[in-house]
Amino acid sequence: MTTNVSHGEHHHSHHFDSAEHEYSSDKEGLWLFMVTEILMFGGLFVAYAIFHSIYPEMFSEGASHLDWRMGFINTLVLITSSLTMALGIFYNQQNQPKKAFWNLIATILLGCCFLVIKYLEYSGKFHHGIYPGRFLDMAVVNPVHQNLGLYFGLYFCMTGLHGIHVVIGMSLIGWVAVRTYKGHFNSHYYTPVEGVGIFWHIVDLIWIFLFPLLYLVG
Amino acid sequence: MGTAAHGSNSNVNYLNEFKGIKSWLLSLDHKRIGLMYMISILTFFFVGGIMALLIRYELFAPGKQLLSPDQYNQVMTYHGAMMVFMVIVPGIPAILGNFFLPLQIGAADVAFPKLNLASWYVFMFGAAIAISTFFSTKVDTGWTFYTPYSIKTGTAVVAMVLAAFVMGMSSILTGLNFIVTVHKLRAPGMTMFKVPLFVWAIYSTAILQVIATPVLAITLLLLAAERLFGVGVFDPALGGDPVLFQHFFWFYSHPAVYIMILPAMGIVSELISAFSHKVIFGYKAIAYSSLGIAAVSFIVWGHHMFVSGQSEIAGVLFSFLTMLVGVPTAIKMFNWLATLYRGSVTFYSPMLYALGFLFLFAIGGVTGIMLASMGVDVHFHDTYFVVAHFHYVMVGGTLMALMGGFYYWFPKMFGKMVDDRLARMTFVLIFIGFNVTFFPQFILGAMGMPRRYFDYIAPYESLNKISTMGSWLIASGFLLSLYAMIKALKSGEKAPSNPWGAKTLEWQTSSPPPHFNFDKKPTVTGGPYDY
Repeated sequence: MTTNVSHGEHHHSHHFDSAEHEYSSDKEGLWLFMVTEILMFGGLFVAYAIFHSIYPEMFSEGASHLDWRMGFINTLVLITSSLTMALGIFYNQQNQPKKAFWNLIATILLGCCFLVIKYLEYSGKFHHGIYPGRFLDMAVVNPVHQNLGLYFGLYFCMTGLHGIHVVIGMSLIGWVAVRTYKGHFNSHYYTPVEGVGIFWHIVDLIWIFLFPLLYLVG
Repeated sequence: MGTAAHGSNSNVNYLNEFKGIKSWLLSLDHKRIGLMYMISILTFFFVGGIMALLIRYELFAPGKQLLSPDQYNQVMTYHGAMMVFMVIVPGIPAILGNFFLPLQIGAADVAFPKLNLASWYVFMFGAAIAISTFFSTKVDTGWTFYTPYSIKTGTAVVAMVLAAFVMGMSSILTGLNFIVTVHKLRAPGMTMFKVPLFVWAIYSTAILQVIATPVLAITLLLLAAERLFGVGVFDPALGGDPVLFQHFFWFYSHPAVYIMILPAMGIVSELISAFSHKVIFGYKAIAYSSLGIAAVSFIVWGHHMFVSGQSEIAGVLFSFLTMLVGVPTAIKMFNWLATLYRGSVTFYSPMLYALGFLFLFAIGGVTGIMLASMGVDVHFHDTYFVVAHFHYVMVGGTLMALMGGFYYWFPKMFGKMVDDRLARMTFVLIFIGFNVTFFPQFILGAMGMPRRYFDYIAPYESLNKISTMGSWLIASGFLLSLYAMIKALKSGEKAPSNPWGAKTLEWQTSSPPPHFNFDKKPTVTGGPYDY
């Protein structure tokens, strides 16, 4: 389709030789950014590993306060959202923007679903006096391990930072969904959708590590 | 001679093609963004420099001179934080890297021009947060924000660490941009082993920026969370560990030291080759040693914690590993010296700065090896010996190279020649002033004078007086530089496209370069230093 070709060329900036050249550069930049995301969460995982080796019993007590069913449902929700995200990219590549659009909307809704469940979990914890670190209500929780607050400090930091990423991811998906709806993407140009998709998959992947480490450790 | 004749193609360049403040603030041109960084960073350098002068003035004699002890702690914190996060870390990559990386590889721009402009705004936003804290409760933790004090002090630590976080983000985006630019936008024929060594240095730095800075980001976020929500990770009362903060912090901040020095080494490689009019000796060795320094920098952070209670085994390992840094660094040193050997050396101001770098960086480096040996460090730790050591590296190394780079590339950036006699005088002032300021601090440190204190005992007085007087010499050198550059902008001789007879690509386009750098995309056949 000639219109698509001209559309593709429209997106090739002056300092690149071709659209493919620009696409491969964009992809490399995106992956490098993902490296920084993983390294940032890596700091939290290192802190987790260190404290887990010092206070293993604190972690099993902490996990016993969490409801693994909630975490499990959220894992399923995010894995499904990764599927719809991938379909959103796929249908854009296949010049089917309508289907792509609805899959992206489904991804956003699944993200909302994840956040609602997370909200229920957080409010349940607060209701039982479980706050991070020094705000943990010792009288109400009556923990066996005196440092239980530290476990929940890590829990809230790790899931909180992840939650912020889910919100950022949803906004980005909203942005590419609007552009998909306006017909900006086609089989020659879909870099932003793919980039947002990569980000979303990384956010999911981090949750897949958080779930067993926080809920199932024991 | 060039009266601004409109329509004549040769006089249209990136500076005059577009006019008005918007054409700067919204410019996607890497050269203009580089200049925007230059103006902001030089402003911060001026403020940080005034802080330095205040510190030295306070230490002119025992007892109070001008500042109260609390004010001294604040001034010291802002001097350190501004100079590290707002001047030396972004300095060479964001100014000269931005301007010359694309030119040196024959590209029309960096890979992501919009991201490049965004990085400047992110940087300025972070800088604005940092400066705003100066008008609320001034931070007094020192630039390292060590726990537990940074958790307990009633000052604006959260805002300050968020500022560092935001500026770190800018640093990551710049690094990412440069890596992709080097991978994807080299001119036809320019293989990785035909890029100038400045590009290798900026490239190695960019890798460090991308890999190390996220760890600082999470550390600073955890510190903010510690203050806001009491999460306990760094708080021993809750089972946390304050030394963990030091591990996290130095896991970034030691590589950050090389983020500061590697680009300087890149400039020196360019200068030594250009002013010896000779192909650089050991090109591949210098290129690989940049990557080597970048790699080793990740496994040496524990040498900041010899007395923080880490295990002795860890101390011995870190001590040994730290000495490894000396190997790639020495490789560079010897290659530079070998380049000078039998070259046709000319002593223009950039070359003087490069030679000054070799001399000062050698002292900074060798005292670094002394500090790396754990037994010696236990004595020198937290004394002025350490202060002198890292100023020899940061100022004697990075700032000397930055000044050399400015004088070297000034004709290309602005199309005007600097009065070289004035420029050489700035070198003399800064070089002598620097040694007068910081050499006595080695002795003071060896005598046991602790760093970061507002006051000292009588036996340290005379050396402190000398040191303070040196700081006035340095300041006059930098002010004279400012004068020399303003004078060159106003009434400097018009620069030819290649005033130094250098061989790298940026000298093959006009001075200043056109908007898209080259009228015709260059094709490369030879190496960067074919004299």
